[in-house]
Amino acid sequence: MGWMAWTLPTALFFAGIAALLVVMTVWQTVSPGRERKGFLPISTSRGDRLFIGLLAAAYGHLLVLALTDWPLWIATAICVAGMTIIMKWG
Amino acid sequence: MKTYNNKAWWLVLPVFVLVAFSAIIPMMTVVNYSVQDIFDPSTRYFVGTEWYREILADPRLHDSLVRQFIYSFCVLAIEVPLGIVVALSMPRRGLGVPFSLILLSLPLLVPWNVVGTIWQIIGREDIGLYGWTLNSLGLDYNYASNPRDAWITVLVMDVWHWTSLVALLCYSGLRSIPDVYYQAARIDRASHWAVFRFIQLPKLKNVLLIAVMLRFMDSFMIYTEPFVLTGGGPGTATTFLSQTLTQMALGQFDLGRAAAFSLIYFLIILLVTWVFYTAMTHNDDKG
Repeated sequence: MGWMAWTLPTALFFAGIAALLVVMTVWQTVSPGRERKGFLPISTSRGDRLFIGLLAAAYGHLLVLALTDWPLWIATAICVAGMTIIMKWG
Repeated sequence: MKTYNNKAWWLVLPVFVLVAFSAIIPMMTVVNYSVQDIFDPSTRYFVGTEWYREILADPRLHDSLVRQFIYSFCVLAIEVPLGIVVALSMPRRGLGVPFSLILLSLPLLVPWNVVGTIWQIIGREDIGLYGWTLNSLGLDYNYASNPRDAWITVLVMDVWHWTSLVALLCYSGLRSIPDVYYQAARIDRASHWAVFRFIQLPKLKNVLLIAVMLRFMDSFMIYTEPFVLTGGGPGTATTFLSQTLTQMALGQFDLGRAAAFSLIYFLIILLVTWVFYTAMTHNDDKG
């Protein structure tokens, strides 16, 4: 695995993504969700909302890096809040 | 609805393993590279988000990005309508069908670097048909020194190479429309435009979705053809994103910055493709 040049932060990041996918799979198996319409302009399933939230989080982090000198944890906190809103009301 | 059997998911496993090795594992490696300064495999230093901040403020990236979006927009704006027109003009039966299918397939069989070389010769003003003809008409054409000519040549080359793909996809879509639709249109005395607008275009939606996404992704990562034809020049007039990335990764061996660049590039493609897909399939949900 040395050729993949792992670091602790990136390992934690991918472990987090993997954990999210496992949790979503278990959630869907235990309590199947349906597509619904929230404040987003399209009908979305839970998986769609997770994808939209993750994509928005990636762009949110890039925007903060490009436009501000804020520490990254502020961007992460905003994106976690955004992800929660999208998952619940999106 | 009760789910009785989920065993079919195991059939997806081979594809998942294949994609893991061809895409997911390399992508994870790129993410790892993007947060480090790498001198060689054993000498690397964690730099956090430094490369991302540098890349996002890099005017080279901004210029390449603008050029790339203009290029992809032009490619789609020309190739998609032209492909539809070609598909509509193709014969529906008889000997003309295999003949036109083979003729349209030919440009798709030519490798990218050969396409670049062909157009390098065709575009020459002394021995090339295209360049010589334009100069004979009194136009001062030289793709090697004039940025506008270089742009036009790169675009014409792409149109020559890839419009066939759009045409073939549209042709397959048109052939799958049942004849009863046309019979109903004839009974209603529908005009050619009405047949196109209300029968053919809606039925072509799915193949057009694939055509637009394929052509967007392909044109957005174009490298070989302009590299062979113009080398990215004159100046940086036809230097697109992938060439800027290659210069960074292989020319300067700046792996960390190139990895950060690659991920931003990937995110742009992911977003645009998702927007295209959602916009074009959204009406299905409503219908």
